[in-house]
Amino acid sequence: MSSLLALAGVNTHIGHYHILQGVDFAVPQGGLTMLLGRNGAGKTTCLRTIMGLWKASAGRIDFDGADISGRPTPAVAQLGIGYVPESMGIFAGLTVRENLALAARSGPIDARRLDWLFGLFPALKKFWQLPAGHLSGGQKQMLAIARAMIEPRKLLLVDEPTKGLAPAIIAHMVEAFRELKRSDTTILLVEQNFNFARALGDTVAVMDSGRIVHSGSMAELAGDEALQHKLLGLSLDAHQ
Amino acid sequence: MSPAGQALPVARLDKVPLALIPVVALAALPLIPSLPTWITLTAAGLAMGMMIFIMASGLTLVFGLMDVMNFAHGAFITIGAYVATSVLLALASPVQADSLWLNLAAIAPAILAAMAVAGALGLAFERVIVRPVYGQHLKQILITMGGLIVAEQLILVIWGPDIIALPKPAALRGSFVLGDIAVEKYRVLAVFVGLAVFAAMFLVLSRTRVGLLIRAGVEDSEMVESLGYRIRRVFVGVFAAGSALAGLGGVMWALYQETVNSAMGMQVMILIFIVIIIGGLGSVGGCFIGALLVGLVANYVGFLAPKIALGSNILLMVLVLLWRPQGLYPVAKR
Repeated sequence: MSSLLALAGVNTHIGHYHILQGVDFAVPQGGLTMLLGRNGAGKTTCLRTIMGLWKASAGRIDFDGADISGRPTPAVAQLGIGYVPESMGIFAGLTVRENLALAARSGPIDARRLDWLFGLFPALKKFWQLPAGHLSGGQKQMLAIARAMIEPRKLLLVDEPTKGLAPAIIAHMVEAFRELKRSDTTILLVEQNFNFARALGDTVAVMDSGRIVHSGSMAELAGDEALQHKLLGLSLDAHQ
Repeated sequence: MSPAGQALPVARLDKVPLALIPVVALAALPLIPSLPTWITLTAAGLAMGMMIFIMASGLTLVFGLMDVMNFAHGAFITIGAYVATSVLLALASPVQADSLWLNLAAIAPAILAAMAVAGALGLAFERVIVRPVYGQHLKQILITMGGLIVAEQLILVIWGPDIIALPKPAALRGSFVLGDIAVEKYRVLAVFVGLAVFAAMFLVLSRTRVGLLIRAGVEDSEMVESLGYRIRRVFVGVFAAGSALAGLGGVMWALYQETVNSAMGMQVMILIFIVIIIGGLGSVGGCFIGALLVGLVANYVGFLAPKIALGSNILLMVLVLLWRPQGLYPVAKR
């Protein structure tokens, strides 16, 4: 399977801190890749560097055959990359409708696509005219994902979508991501919840101290408990 | 477009800050010796509030969107006033004619020139002075204060150090009199101009895509960029529009005071800062309510106890912040 996104020797400095220290991994086209790792491993920095929110100080980021390292964030997004940050980044003072309308860059929201998203996240239809700040945490996460997918995207970057969510909402998220996978969207998903990752991932990359320390198929990692403990340690225990 | 569905939850406007305006006005009523005086003061307060709103609205958007506290905003007010004065003095004949239409025909180019010059200078100021210090608040304060001082000195070089008299156009002098009630004609015009500016800003912010971008950018500019929009372009546009509005406010304020001087922008900045803090930094609606409150309180207290007029607005700000520490209409920021 060819790679849609590939990072090679990517380094990122934030102030005096050297966060990413030569990250190499690839995201296969059409699949869901999980990026796992302990707190502080560099997962969020990795996504932000791909989006151009933090500049890579060295290395190369190839997306769809072109080097995108050093490009400004809007240019990266315009290539067809949707991004859901860890904070969700919803606009609290804008209604659900306005949040989605803003993300539909090419014009009015496509009605069929909206219906599809309402099928995934029915709460968005119910709270259509409500300011997004009034939504619950799970609903905000649904809005953030729907906003990233309001137009077809080649790649979806999602940072810890299950953080702080109730188990029932997480189960709903699993179903939603399965549906997104069926829509042929390539997804790179940062996660600490291994059960969630195991349920969805096709491939996996594990980070530690700013480097990729393991990459391969999710099935392989899911079947090797010793490797899971070695790579993920306490963060795995917390979600068993 | 809206999805099918009945009885959907909708956003409700927080009406409590709106109610403050009649509450303040009615609270002053028993303290003022007569009803006509109270009506005159109320009209004067609303007119003053509208002019402060025009001057402050651009600054609050600039702060909300760009996180820049621009102390040089007062310079655009002063420059707008001086440019309009030059135009109006050159058009002395229609300004002094006893015809409202001729007067307005003279004021219109003065306002347009003031807004164009202030907007263009704002554009240059953003590019040369502000852009290098985005995200560095201490440097912003120092460099924009420096910009204000330089602008004032340039005004002295171009227009001279003397205070320039700027009589109101003939048809805008005097008052509308109804019994014992007298309301200055110019104040009525100021109220209409303020309402028109507020309505235009409201429509742009709530009904257009640019407005949506500005409101989203005020909350989280990084996320707007992640959606594929070049927010810097919106920043520049808002800075220029805010400067142009300051220029318009400068024209209105100069005609209200009937004089212009190089420090007028600096003097009114205290009231402007009070207004945008009361309203909630970045909130145009809050700025509107805050400006009207400041205008009313300044006029009532100025009549009852002139020595504490400015202090009364600082007290108003303290009371509002004790009640709502983020201002009347806080803007959700990331």
